[in-house]
Amino acid sequence: SPQKSPQNLAAAAAAAAAGAGGDERAYPGGVQLPYTKTLQLVDPQAAEKWPVYRVLGLEGQVLAGAAEPDLDEETARKMYRTLVRLQAMDVIFYSAQRQGRISFYMTSTGEEATHVGSAAALDAGDVMFAQYREAGTLMYRGFTLQQFADHCFSNEGDLGKGRQMPVHYGCEALNFHTISSPLATQIPQAVGAGYALKQKGGDNISVVYFGEGAASEGDFHAALNFSATLEVPMIFFCRNNGYAISTPVKDQYRGDGIVARAPGYGVTAIRVDGNDALAVYQAVAEARAYALANNRPVLIEAMTYRIGHHSTSDDSTRYRSVNEIQDWATHDEPGFRFRTWLEGKGWWNEAEETAARQEERMAVLKAMETAENKGPPPLDSLFEDVYEEMPPNLARQKRELLEHVQRHPEFYEKPHH
Amino acid sequence: MRRAASAGLRAAPRRRPLSARRLGASAWSASPGRAAAAEDPEETKRMNLFSAVNDAMRIALLTDESAVVFGEDVAFGGVFRCSVGLREEFGPERVFNTPLCEQGIAGFAIGYAAMGRTAVAEMQFADYIFPAFDQIVNEAAKYRYRSGAQFNCGSLTFRAPCGAVGHGGHYHSQSPEAYFAGTPGLKIVMPRSPREAKGLLLASIRDPNPVVFFEPKILYRAAVEDVPVGDYEIPLGVADIVRPGTHVTVVGYGGQMRVLEEAVRLAEEEHGISCELIDLRTVLPWDRELVCESVQKTGRLVVSHEAPVTGGFAGEISAAVQEDCFLSLEAPVQRVCGLDTPFPLVHEKHYLPNVIKVVEGIKKVAEY
Repeated sequence: SPQKSPQNLAAAAAAAAAGAGGDERAYPGGVQLPYTKTLQLVDPQAAEKWPVYRVLGLEGQVLAGAAEPDLDEETARKMYRTLVRLQAMDVIFYSAQRQGRISFYMTSTGEEATHVGSAAALDAGDVMFAQYREAGTLMYRGFTLQQFADHCFSNEGDLGKGRQMPVHYGCEALNFHTISSPLATQIPQAVGAGYALKQKGGDNISVVYFGEGAASEGDFHAALNFSATLEVPMIFFCRNNGYAISTPVKDQYRGDGIVARAPGYGVTAIRVDGNDALAVYQAVAEARAYALANNRPVLIEAMTYRIGHHSTSDDSTRYRSVNEIQDWATHDEPGFRFRTWLEGKGWWNEAEETAARQEERMAVLKAMETAENKGPPPLDSLFEDVYEEMPPNLARQKRELLEHVQRHPEFYEKPHH
Repeated sequence: MRRAASAGLRAAPRRRPLSARRLGASAWSASPGRAAAAEDPEETKRMNLFSAVNDAMRIALLTDESAVVFGEDVAFGGVFRCSVGLREEFGPERVFNTPLCEQGIAGFAIGYAAMGRTAVAEMQFADYIFPAFDQIVNEAAKYRYRSGAQFNCGSLTFRAPCGAVGHGGHYHSQSPEAYFAGTPGLKIVMPRSPREAKGLLLASIRDPNPVVFFEPKILYRAAVEDVPVGDYEIPLGVADIVRPGTHVTVVGYGGQMRVLEEAVRLAEEEHGISCELIDLRTVLPWDRELVCESVQKTGRLVVSHEAPVTGGFAGEISAAVQEDCFLSLEAPVQRVCGLDTPFPLVHEKHYLPNVIKVVEGIKKVAEY
């Protein structure tokens, strides 16, 4: 082979003898690589940890040396109001599931700042792909409590026609692609969507949310690599809340979290305090501008803590201590930090707080009551949208089922929960 | 060829499958919008199957500015030459290599298509589509349904070379169509010839549902025929009576059609058995009506595919036919298929449902 020809070896030796010219080489797999004569394994544990970018302290004060974001009062209030609404919805829908009124639910408790902080920094035309614990981003965009409730109650008002489990929201009008249960599948999809946005030539990016557990899936690897090689303007937003159901991060990975993986893919990255709405807002705003200006992806790892159970099917005290949960809930609660900052600006006060909590609680209860009184989607819709058109096998099965149901009304009229 | 394709420039159609069926091998139709005066609609050119696939993709790229073609090694023309020349003609933003990762290719294609744009994604071999199984089955197939039709990824097509090639062993020979056939929301297509490949691929790319398009790789160079140079589609979901007959219905698809054509010729010439040969063309959703009509006439059925018999699509056809044609059947349905082994290297000849195995199957049902 040419690499081993005597001429090449001689040239290499000559170059080495000449000094600098022989200290590096352009490998096809590694651009211009330096040589070393020091035998040294690289231990990632010895590397410096990625710092966590923050603006607000635990008491809601802007930290010395931190830059307060360029955030107007209206946006800031909308962010906080969304956070309050999300917390009200979570509390009430969670108990509705415990009472058997809905089949399933997942709260966002402790992670609200990642939702409202990121959503506020994005453009309404940016295309969102979510995992399932990002309801606040959709809420910020204008998805109504009635729409949330109609979905969770699987009624005729559900945009998803009652086909998916609760919390699998989606809204075309709000550029929020419908959530699906398989983890991480949305990550490479967001890359494809971002590529489409780049080709359209507009000023929008795609944004994809996922947890640190989902980042262990092969689709995470696929997506990061594709986004870099295909030069896609997008944001990867990882919510690192410490647990994937019962699995703590020490069983999930051994590197420095998710952010440390980004450089390996050639992806720009930042780690941020996920309980600091201002830091999240700034990081996302900066990442968005960078992605658009450079047609390159950015990964954001937001460090946070899952205060709630994984879902209504999970009792998290079986694998973590109540003290640990309480510590986060009392000392690093994102709503408290953001609210204190707002009050310091004179943009919020105790009276507004009381009123907002009450209003949102009543609004959730009303949406839930309305949702409960709506009927299910029509049975015909079971067969629709499998394909754009209805193929003969489905038309046949539809006819057979409808005839069967007519023969056994007493069986099918019973509640199916 | 280029002149004709350029003349066909127009907005991408979203057409329903045509009702013009039962027209046999000539059941193809010119797409609307062609400049009829500018060209001879009957003009054809000798093409092999890879050229026909290439021609279909070129027309898709010409007629739909959102269309992109991507996968492993497609930029230089593809390991089977299917995308040759396309990058030069349409640019690196529209015809490009991806990293070597099938789940990534599939996920990327879904996201691109979910933005209303046309994705033509290549899996280098059907044997390597399994890493993308989750994206195809859980995501692509359910995208429209699960969102209440708010979103869909219907404008995507996965192309994958499939089937025996003489020496492909375990991982360059498989026919995985039955794995996907249990997935509502997908369409599965497999052409038998260059002319069919071009028309079916154009229909697949323009179909408003995700399509897995399997290309019998043994035909890439071997099959050559006159292919219309213009823009035409062959409707999906419509089977084709390749050869009419009276005694036995023989059903297959893809590369196996060559074997079946030879087998039904031998059955006629050497045993006097008249076979009605049907190319399913679309495996999902399949043309049950046409197959059952034929069996009601002949009373006998042989189904044949390269894939292993257990869990193969022949089982679905057999069950449906006994359900719809019970009173017409004169003999048990015969499945002449691959064996229930991994696809072997040195014993490929013994593994395959070859011509003499099919003739035996035909004789068995005819003499039952």
